[in-house]
Amino acid sequence: MLTTALRMLLGDPTKCLGLVFGVALSTLLVCQQVSIFFGLLGRASSVVNDVREADIWVMDPSVKTVDAPFPLRDTVLQRVRGVEGVEWAVPFFRANVQVRTREGTLENAILLGIDDASLVGVPDNFMLGSIDDLAMPDAIAMNPAGFRLLFPGEELDVGRTLELNDRRARIAAIVDASPAFSANLSIYTRYSLATAYTNNGRNQLSFVLAKSAEGADRQAVVESIGEETGLKVVTGEQFRMESIVYILKNTGIPVSFGTVVILGALIGVAIVGLTFNQFITENLRQYAALKAIGVRNGRLLVMTLFQALFVGTIGYGLGLFAASQFFNWPSKNVDALRGFYLLPEVAVGVAVLAVVIVFASTLISMRRVLVVDPATVFRG
Amino acid sequence: MAVATKTQSPAETRLAVRCTGVEKSFGSGQTRVRVLRGTDFTAETGKMNFLVGPSGCGKTTLISVIGAILTSEAGDVDVLGQDLRRMSNGKLADFRLNNLGFIFQQFNLLPALSAEENASLPLVAQGVGTKKAERRARELLERLGLAGQTKQMPKQLSGGQQQRVAIARALVHEPSLLICDEPTASLDAASGHTVMELLRDVALEGDRSVIVVTHDNRIFEFADRISHMADGVIGRTDEPGDEGFGKDDA
Repeated sequence: MLTTALRMLLGDPTKCLGLVFGVALSTLLVCQQVSIFFGLLGRASSVVNDVREADIWVMDPSVKTVDAPFPLRDTVLQRVRGVEGVEWAVPFFRANVQVRTREGTLENAILLGIDDASLVGVPDNFMLGSIDDLAMPDAIAMNPAGFRLLFPGEELDVGRTLELNDRRARIAAIVDASPAFSANLSIYTRYSLATAYTNNGRNQLSFVLAKSAEGADRQAVVESIGEETGLKVVTGEQFRMESIVYILKNTGIPVSFGTVVILGALIGVAIVGLTFNQFITENLRQYAALKAIGVRNGRLLVMTLFQALFVGTIGYGLGLFAASQFFNWPSKNVDALRGFYLLPEVAVGVAVLAVVIVFASTLISMRRVLVVDPATVFRG
Repeated sequence: MAVATKTQSPAETRLAVRCTGVEKSFGSGQTRVRVLRGTDFTAETGKMNFLVGPSGCGKTTLISVIGAILTSEAGDVDVLGQDLRRMSNGKLADFRLNNLGFIFQQFNLLPALSAEENASLPLVAQGVGTKKAERRARELLERLGLAGQTKQMPKQLSGGQQQRVAIARALVHEPSLLICDEPTASLDAASGHTVMELLRDVALEGDRSVIVVTHDNRIFEFADRISHMADGVIGRTDEPGDEGFGKDDA
């Protein structure tokens, strides 16, 4: 009887395509929006993610996100270093700056200053140049997306000079840093150079990055630093989550994306529900004939759910393929979309949503099949 | 045209259907309509049992009750030795699937299925393998003169051919009782006559009983018994040799 159900469905290609299209559109919309949403949240904590060596972050108690630090006294660094259980501690600087090329291109950038001596805090995947090149005078490393923003259409290159807040800087390396939330251009340089570029007064230190000693209880070290300095101290993982929560609480992103996701699901239910309802209505006499022949309601339910499963699977597959292509091609070719991926968790979640959409739509329509009077087949 | 009648001695005659005092109404309160008013009806095995009467007299309701599609409110409904009033909805569905065949005025073929697929539906619903079911359906369609049309879709067939597919569907699982509702109403006279001839030749095998509801007096000649219904009750039942047999009341 499942073959019969399938033949009934395929016998009406217009509605069959409508059902597949509804599920595919809904899948594409929800997959795309949820993936971009998670991609944006990932960007909110990208600076924390890229600091792999340190596991403890020290900052002013008022700081809620890595993108909005409040300056600390430089002496904090020594105090942190003096706490028992701290293996090492280095300064970390973050600020927004303006970058101008010789050609006159002006862009906002995130300037990240790392410890002059250890160069801790910079990602290790250099595409051109190396971490040692940052030791050179006026040396900076920038991300490839930022390079292409400043020099559109040109191959990645080192050696070019540009202005950072009216001071000279030289591109010494290209480093594949994670895309950031507040700007597409990320620049790494030595701490001393970074503070000179911004020259914001006496207190320049944004964060202290520390590493807990081997064998030490990291949470205990965190608490010790906090007690010793009176500052906010968190682990890298905690700071990553705090930065994400800050974005969730203080921007319209969750509401905006949530609305689109809900609308996507509703569009799916509407298209699939209405089309399936029309399909059922037009085939009601056939269902009545099957009931008259002796096909039980339970079997009709299975037949209808099988039809729903068929269109749901094909629609979901097409929608998922379209979503994957959306992220596949642009993420390789469009810097603004870099860092946005179709996560497996999103694909699974949307699969569950697709199942809910088709089965909810089916069950609503199915009621008409279950209550149809088989005696209607006797009416001319 | 004279039609040969299958004869049985009174001792051989058995009842496939015995309805006694059947009551059925629709609606409630002031809109309640009593359709069957203590109806008594019998159908004999091995015979073409015609049920005739004017529109609205309750013929379709009565065959719906006999066909285990509607349940009566009162009276006894004994079909093939089973008391239908004691059966649950699920059992009634199983009873229909295993014991009854239906032919409808509008054919009610599934448009997405070919002739042999339509005809094999009851067997497939019984759980018989598709290939075996379609082979049996094909054999039956060939007997019904549709050897060249087994793969065709309903819309590619004429009305008479569609009704023959419906006959095959009604008989493919070899039911003991065949219920036909106005089987010739949607057909022209020639097609209707052909369909009735085939129905008589193919359907009346073994102890099968056939009930034909009709008010097409052109096919009365195929009847072995004619029950005349009016206002929810059977007025009289005629058999060949009775005065006025085969004559329309109207």
